[in-house]
Amino acid sequence: MSEPATRKPLPLVTLSICFIAIWLIVAAFPFIWTMWGSFKVEGDFFSRADWMNAITGPATQLQTGGTFTLDGYYGAWVEQEFWRNALNTLIVVICVVSISLTLGTLGGYALARSGYKYTFWILMAALVFRAMPHVTLVSGYLLPFFQLNIWGYLPTTIVVLVAINQPFTLWMLHSFFLSIPKDLDEAAMVDGCTRFQAFRLAVIPVMWPGVVTTGLFSFLLAYNDFTVTAMLLTEENATMVPQINSFLGSTQEQGKVMYAVAAVVSAIVPLFVLILFFQRQIVSGLTAGAVKG
Amino acid sequence: MPHKTFLAFIWPSLLAMVLFIAVPIVSVAFQSLYLEHEQILIEAEACGPFGCTSEVRVDREAMQRLREEQPAGRFNGLGTYANQSHLATDDIREIVATSANFGEIRNRIMNLPFYKALVFTLAYTFIVTPMVIALGFVIAVVVNSIPAALKGPVIFFSLLPMIVTPLVGSLVLFWMINSRGILGAALQWVFGDPTLSLTASPALTWVTLFVYGIWHSAPFAFVVFYAGLQTVPQDTLESAMVDGANRLERIRFVVIPYLVPLATFIGLMQLMDNFRVFEPIIGFSAAASATSLSYLIYNDLRLSDTPLFGSAAATSMLTIVGVLILLTPVLRRNWRDFNRK
Repeated sequence: MSEPATRKPLPLVTLSICFIAIWLIVAAFPFIWTMWGSFKVEGDFFSRADWMNAITGPATQLQTGGTFTLDGYYGAWVEQEFWRNALNTLIVVICVVSISLTLGTLGGYALARSGYKYTFWILMAALVFRAMPHVTLVSGYLLPFFQLNIWGYLPTTIVVLVAINQPFTLWMLHSFFLSIPKDLDEAAMVDGCTRFQAFRLAVIPVMWPGVVTTGLFSFLLAYNDFTVTAMLLTEENATMVPQINSFLGSTQEQGKVMYAVAAVVSAIVPLFVLILFFQRQIVSGLTAGAVKG
Repeated sequence: MPHKTFLAFIWPSLLAMVLFIAVPIVSVAFQSLYLEHEQILIEAEACGPFGCTSEVRVDREAMQRLREEQPAGRFNGLGTYANQSHLATDDIREIVATSANFGEIRNRIMNLPFYKALVFTLAYTFIVTPMVIALGFVIAVVVNSIPAALKGPVIFFSLLPMIVTPLVGSLVLFWMINSRGILGAALQWVFGDPTLSLTASPALTWVTLFVYGIWHSAPFAFVVFYAGLQTVPQDTLESAMVDGANRLERIRFVVIPYLVPLATFIGLMQLMDNFRVFEPIIGFSAAASATSLSYLIYNDLRLSDTPLFGSAAATSMLTIVGVLILLTPVLRRNWRDFNRK
């Protein structure tokens, strides 16, 4: 960028640096602030007197003897047994991701390789299904689930989340498989493989980048879901997000809002780690749909 | 691929979608035509040592029999759709007949729960979506111009608002704009009004929710545009430069036309996602001044004493109609593209 024609004037550079700085503060500051605040007591994080209290923590010093306290975390994880919810989330997320990827790769592969007209209709139906607000679907489940007596259990929720996830997974993997050359599996079939063998031996070894990216988004859907888990799980089977919501109701009155703050931070941390490691896949996944669709 | 192999590959996925997406929609349509049974009350004499009192209680046996005879509930036809908490046709007729001017009609219709939610949902969808596209575009252009070493960390922090659970993200902001939180206190100081609270007035609540929506979705638009910017043809840019186009003109006449298809894609995704806005209303405890269609359904199912399946189903059907209307242009375009192939 040393050519004079592309060199930017100084005011423009300053302006863009300022803009980026502001955007970064807007995007990241709330999280950093809340993480910092989760180690304080309520009197500091929600300070009536002075916002600086949340940084220096005089009330935390008074009540606990140190400027940082793990009271919120202790309250949430031990007293309110948030670890149960974390465990439920873990189970739900692992099952949803593995099942929906298995179904999705099979289906996406078939959609990418079949030349018949009905693939178009299936993809269009999937698009419409993808647009359905989840809560409208849940209102269709509740009554049958009550009658069949399968409401409130983790497996039911897992199956529902897998199904809700399918349209998206199908679209994404379908467009990914389109980018894998047809010749690859056709060559395998010429060599005498059946379709399944060709899929297993020729396609599976090269499909992992696409599967990892799709898996990330399935993970996010299962992890972030509130609508389905809040309506389909009982209190003791609740995952993290609905549990945070019920913390709000039950603990706000008892002055234990810091439990909810600690729980919220606990739910954010895995996502931080996720972006840290998979930033490139997330970016490429977000754009895959745009570039190809 | 022969039909049989195709089916062998796709049936688990299709089965899941049919069972848990298509069938529930049918089930919702069916439920919306019915109402829950009324409680059958009987008067029973309860006699104790101090005389007899009569009390009214629910007749469980009769309820059981009734449920077995008509498991779906009482047939109500389209009654649920027309009642006060949905389309409220009678109320609207009355409002139009008795109101003096247009302003009064509008205010009175806005008090009906369904229309209140519909107006908020539409406002949210059509205000947040373009703002997201605009903000995402600006961030992408600026990030594209900064030194390469900074790009990685900038993208990392930019992704946060989008990746974080909507409920959690809105709670984080809610605590900050709380009158005792840092932003709430800062706003009070800026406007010199110690009673200022963003959650108190409906208008401010709406604005807060819109701001949250933009904050939450702008990273998505940013990432898509940013990837698009990497593929803008350099030749065209250079020839524009040779023709004497300045920076702004190059963006206006080369970059933007090139990115229009991406903007359409973001717009479509955002329309679908924003139309089901729900979590922020819970996170910001904003239900008093802003409700969305999704929130109405949740409210019917979860927050009332007994789940109102009929009412929730009717709202769901109306929401689905809304989604289909939003999607028609996309489906039509896809259909044309497909036929051209």
